[in-house]
Amino acid sequence: MNALELVDVSVRINQAEILHGVTFTAPKNQVTALLGRNGVGKSSTLKAIMSLYSPTGSIKLNGEELIGKPTHAIAASGVAYVPEDREIFATLSVKENLSLASRSKSSSEKMGRVFEIFPDLSTRQEQRAGTLSGGQQQMLSLSRALLNDNQILLVDEPTKGLAPKLVTEVADALAEVAKRETMILVEQNLALVKRIAQKIVVMDQGKIVFEGTPEKLNDSVWVQSMLGVSNRGKHS
Amino acid sequence: MSTFLLMTITGIGLGALYFLVASGLTLIYGLMGVLNFAHGAFLSIGAFVGLWFATSIMKEATIPNFILAMIVGGLAAGLFALIMEQLLITRLYDRHIDQVLVTVGVALVVGAILGGWFGNDLRLFPTPLWFLTGINFFGAIIPADRIIYIATAVALLAGNWALLRFTRIGLIIRAGVENRNMVNALGINVRRAFSTVFFLGGFAAGIGGVLVSVYSSGVSPLIAGTYLIYGFVVVVIGGMGSVTGSFVAAMLIGVIKQFANYYVTGLGDFVIALLLAGVLLVRPQGLFGKRIS
Repeated sequence: MNALELVDVSVRINQAEILHGVTFTAPKNQVTALLGRNGVGKSSTLKAIMSLYSPTGSIKLNGEELIGKPTHAIAASGVAYVPEDREIFATLSVKENLSLASRSKSSSEKMGRVFEIFPDLSTRQEQRAGTLSGGQQQMLSLSRALLNDNQILLVDEPTKGLAPKLVTEVADALAEVAKRETMILVEQNLALVKRIAQKIVVMDQGKIVFEGTPEKLNDSVWVQSMLGVSNRGKHS
Repeated sequence: MSTFLLMTITGIGLGALYFLVASGLTLIYGLMGVLNFAHGAFLSIGAFVGLWFATSIMKEATIPNFILAMIVGGLAAGLFALIMEQLLITRLYDRHIDQVLVTVGVALVVGAILGGWFGNDLRLFPTPLWFLTGINFFGAIIPADRIIYIATAVALLAGNWALLRFTRIGLIIRAGVENRNMVNALGINVRRAFSTVFFLGGFAAGIGGVLVSVYSSGVSPLIAGTYLIYGFVVVVIGGMGSVTGSFVAAMLIGVIKQFANYYVTGLGDFVIALLLAGVLLVRPQGLFGKRIS
């Protein structure tokens, strides 16, 4: 059963087509990793799903068409988005960031669960989000997405620009989240992807060039070379 | 000393009028990126509806009646702003040139309608007698109406602060000023916040219109122009999107202008133009604005 289904999705910005007929599915209760070199259209695909770009084609969430809906309606229908640059509200406190994101009236239980996953945030509720470290900001961005009942979570490069120690912390948190949520994960860190993803989709030049399991990716030498991963690397 | 006090307090009073115009402008630009040249029309509508209410409904010029006329003028301007936002601005988000053309058009149409209906001559606003008295403040005789301007601006600033700080819509507005798209991506229809801000901006300008009518000794469709220009100057110096910045800048401009005009008549506008140029050169994002990379 698929949570999200993209069929022939294209995006054009200022005369240039950046996505060319992207087609793939994200199965329910699984993590689908979207891989590819920089600039191949991974983040644009997530933005197209969120209607932050204007896509053509078809994007269905549990059978319901999302194209044509405004961003807020897509999010309210259960698509949670954790953007590449975190995009936390720097002038608001941690608590305000979280209460803004929470659409449920009885959010205290979810808030408690979020603080279990990210205990660092519970002690910093009054702190301005802009003064948090990169890792803490990433945790806040993820926390915002976890406060509601999601159908799917779109997470864009959560470990980008983080120190190695913080990468481990965020990876552990994502692994915890992945146990409960359907997710599309855009990530360059192949070790993290192999740890939590059940399905891999690889993009190149705005198109899907591979769709399969992590094991199938291991066997595909040309896809690995395209991602810049050598076969020797996979055994090391 | 008494001259210094007189100039300072009357300058703050003038700054209060500028703030009433600028507070809406800065929020509308900060949240929605809309350069609203029709903001002066909100001021005119507030002034004329306030005048109509004070002369036709209340008849007697008492302080409570004046406050009521001010609120009615504010509500009328807020309602007009809301209707304009729903009918015109919602179709023009992120189309800045079109926004400028349409809002300038609205300002011209409203000015022409009011001018055709009421004429461009000043019409006396019924003012409570107390406004014309002076209050002795450490030897300086302060015109009482300045106290009303300052009190209204402070009340509006406090109301704005409370709304932004303690309500969910305020939280959405603050977040929206920072990053509109992300607010939408959290499942919140940020356009509802836009409408609220347009109403509040119109309300403040409408109240400002009634007070400007008292300050200018009457109501005319032409009074809005000067205040709109100063409103934009306040917004630029204070920093676009910052209500606190607008408050500080408005007070600064009011006081500097008052002192400059005291020493050389007519020098005030020139000094403010220099101040604007200086801020744009040294701190282009304004005193409280955020640098845009």
